[in-house]
Amino acid sequence: MRHLLDTESLSRANAIAILDTAREMSAVGEREVKKLPALRGRTVVNLFFEDSTRTRISFEAAAKRLSADVINFSAKGSSVSKGESLKDTAQTLEAMSADAVVIRHWASGAPARLATSGWIDAAVINAGDGTHAHPTQALLDAFTMRAHWSRLSGVPSVGGDLSGMRVLIVGDVLHSRVARSNVWLLRTLGARVTLVAPPTLLPVGVEHWPCGVSYDLDAALEAGADAIMMLRVQAERMKASFFPSTREYARRWGFDDARLARLDALKLAETIIMHPGPMNRGLEISSAAADSPRSTVLDQVRNGVSVRMAALYLLLSGGMPAAHAPTSAPPAAKDHS
Amino acid sequence: MNHASYLIRSASLLGTTTADVLVRDGVIAAVGENLGESAEGATVIDAAGLVALPGMVDLHTHLREPGREDAETVETGTRAAALGGFTAVHAMANSSPVADTAGVVEQVYQLGRESGWVDVRPVGAVTVGLAGEQLAELGAMADSRARVRVFSDDGICVSDPVMMRRALEYVKAFDGVIAQHAQEPRLTAGAQMNEGRVSAVLGLAGWPAVAEESIIARDVLLAQHVGSRLHVCHVSTAGSVEIIRWAKERGINVTAEVTPHHLLLTEELVRSWNPVYKVNPPLRADADVHALRAALADGTIDIVGTDHAPHPREAKECEWASAAMGMTGLETALSVVQETMIESGLMTWADFARVTSTAPAAIGRLSGQGRPLEVGEPANIVLVDPAARWNVDPSAMATKGRNSPFAGMELPGRVVATFFHGHPTVLGGKLNSPYVHGAI
Repeated sequence: MRHLLDTESLSRANAIAILDTAREMSAVGEREVKKLPALRGRTVVNLFFEDSTRTRISFEAAAKRLSADVINFSAKGSSVSKGESLKDTAQTLEAMSADAVVIRHWASGAPARLATSGWIDAAVINAGDGTHAHPTQALLDAFTMRAHWSRLSGVPSVGGDLSGMRVLIVGDVLHSRVARSNVWLLRTLGARVTLVAPPTLLPVGVEHWPCGVSYDLDAALEAGADAIMMLRVQAERMKASFFPSTREYARRWGFDDARLARLDALKLAETIIMHPGPMNRGLEISSAAADSPRSTVLDQVRNGVSVRMAALYLLLSGGMPAAHAPTSAPPAAKDHS
Repeated sequence: MNHASYLIRSASLLGTTTADVLVRDGVIAAVGENLGESAEGATVIDAAGLVALPGMVDLHTHLREPGREDAETVETGTRAAALGGFTAVHAMANSSPVADTAGVVEQVYQLGRESGWVDVRPVGAVTVGLAGEQLAELGAMADSRARVRVFSDDGICVSDPVMMRRALEYVKAFDGVIAQHAQEPRLTAGAQMNEGRVSAVLGLAGWPAVAEESIIARDVLLAQHVGSRLHVCHVSTAGSVEIIRWAKERGINVTAEVTPHHLLLTEELVRSWNPVYKVNPPLRADADVHALRAALADGTIDIVGTDHAPHPREAKECEWASAAMGMTGLETALSVVQETMIESGLMTWADFARVTSTAPAAIGRLSGQGRPLEVGEPANIVLVDPAARWNVDPSAMATKGRNSPFAGMELPGRVVATFFHGHPTVLGGKLNSPYVHGAI
């Protein structure tokens, strides 16, 4: 495995290798000297074509804790905003001997294009592309869930998966790379996923995904859940008639105080509430829910650094088995039937 | 040189009867067995094992000139056409400036005549600047030396129903046809690929089939209402086929076109993220491909049009969303249709001649093209080796465009010779020389 581009093609073995390595990395974050020499002398470029301070600083912290040299390359105010192509930017980084490129891009598929175009030799890590994928977010979510699941079952998390865990992913699935990456990874790890969303915010074709679909958050809670992942909803979506108003959205699909209380009534004492951030308090999640003991929002941020350390380490040290299914389609559809 | 004579020996005419064909003075002078004696002085071309077909006619070609000569010129595009077995192409109107005046269509027409590889028939824009707001001077284009009969805003849909109605009505005055690019604009804002199973996974904005089908449904009803001729460009969905079938059953005067790429390729290719597969309308699902093949075979779809859309390299060397839409097609059309329609047993070579020559010439009101291989007819003939197989290599093509989605595929069928007005523009599978038009 040379790149981390999506979770659909990530094997169970590789996913668990990343999670197990992340667990070792998390111990580094608890030490007084939060640094390993593992990637000393290697260069990691954070190539951001889209603003995301949270993801960038998480990757930056991860690379620095592994002693890599970090270059931050933001499209804003750079030659990229003056019309330089992805190809030229990539070749510039190649000429500077980047070992890994962490790329965030507004266009779905840009990291895959970078990895397979021959423009660059570096390992490519997808830090979020358009509405396609955000694999390190899904991995940190899975890491957070696995820690919780192992605590509940009393089984050590190392080597384990999420078999039997019931996960709700709630909100704007249509525009969410977080949802797209979680669905595949959680499937691979054995969790049972149900998407809960307004019908307008589910993609046509979702019926082929390895998960359930519901339009009714209360019914989905009633059916039971061990983790509830709330997705960010942009208020502007209402202008394109995805939903009538933010208030109606919050009433039907927001995790509000009433639903927080409902978890206790349903005897779902151990259910966690997750959010990839940044949150719209009062829209998809109430403050009480976001700040409750069930919330794992800050754990997710903390785990993000560990997971990204693991991904960087495994890709750059060659510690990942090559059992990565190809992401490209067969060259031609030839069918005479 | 133009009017030397050629004896095409032992060709299989439309893949049925084997005969010699004598070409002299730009026409077919004789057809029969053992014409050797009457062919004194003729250059003999051994066509044993080759299929003779009427020269192919493309109703849908983007030659890019004027304005985007970096992508293609009339010269390079028509060289590609001749190599692909064509003797006529219709140059789409979305050049820069747009072909929305008599001046621009005459310019393109003249460039075609000067090149001499095929007949170039300009398509006129329906609306000024393809903007959809004001009818272009359709009559002036029809009356010009380019004799425009096909009008299209291709690339953009004539989405305003009143504008479409008026255009359909107006071109009746000179036996024109409106070739519609059926794409409801609001349903396809920002669309990147077919909306369905694959777009859901890739997170690319979807181009739903209903955006094509709803426009076709509206347009066939408009054509019925005003008694006009409608042509539907690049039909891409199974649902569109059903609507066109329904319209034809009701006697509505509609014709339809399918591209070679929609007969062979599916949306699964988009998973590679390679923008060479980005095209408008987008590659669809397997069920659509099979519905399109069946529709072409049963006549619901009348013709194959290439939608040859060359782009400079940089337009495809980028992330998917930034890439231009379109694929080259002139030099692969014959092979792809042979692969999908003839090798599959759905059609004969006679059917091939109908959908690639006779029917498109009739829709474009193109005299001297799409004619039977009979004595006295213009000698627009292509000789095909159906047993040949070749690997598609875009860098070896005559078009400037390197954006062939068939790159690396092995396909059947090779154009051995193309006769245009009795002159071999292609011989031995290679460009020979252009036809020199006489003074007008």
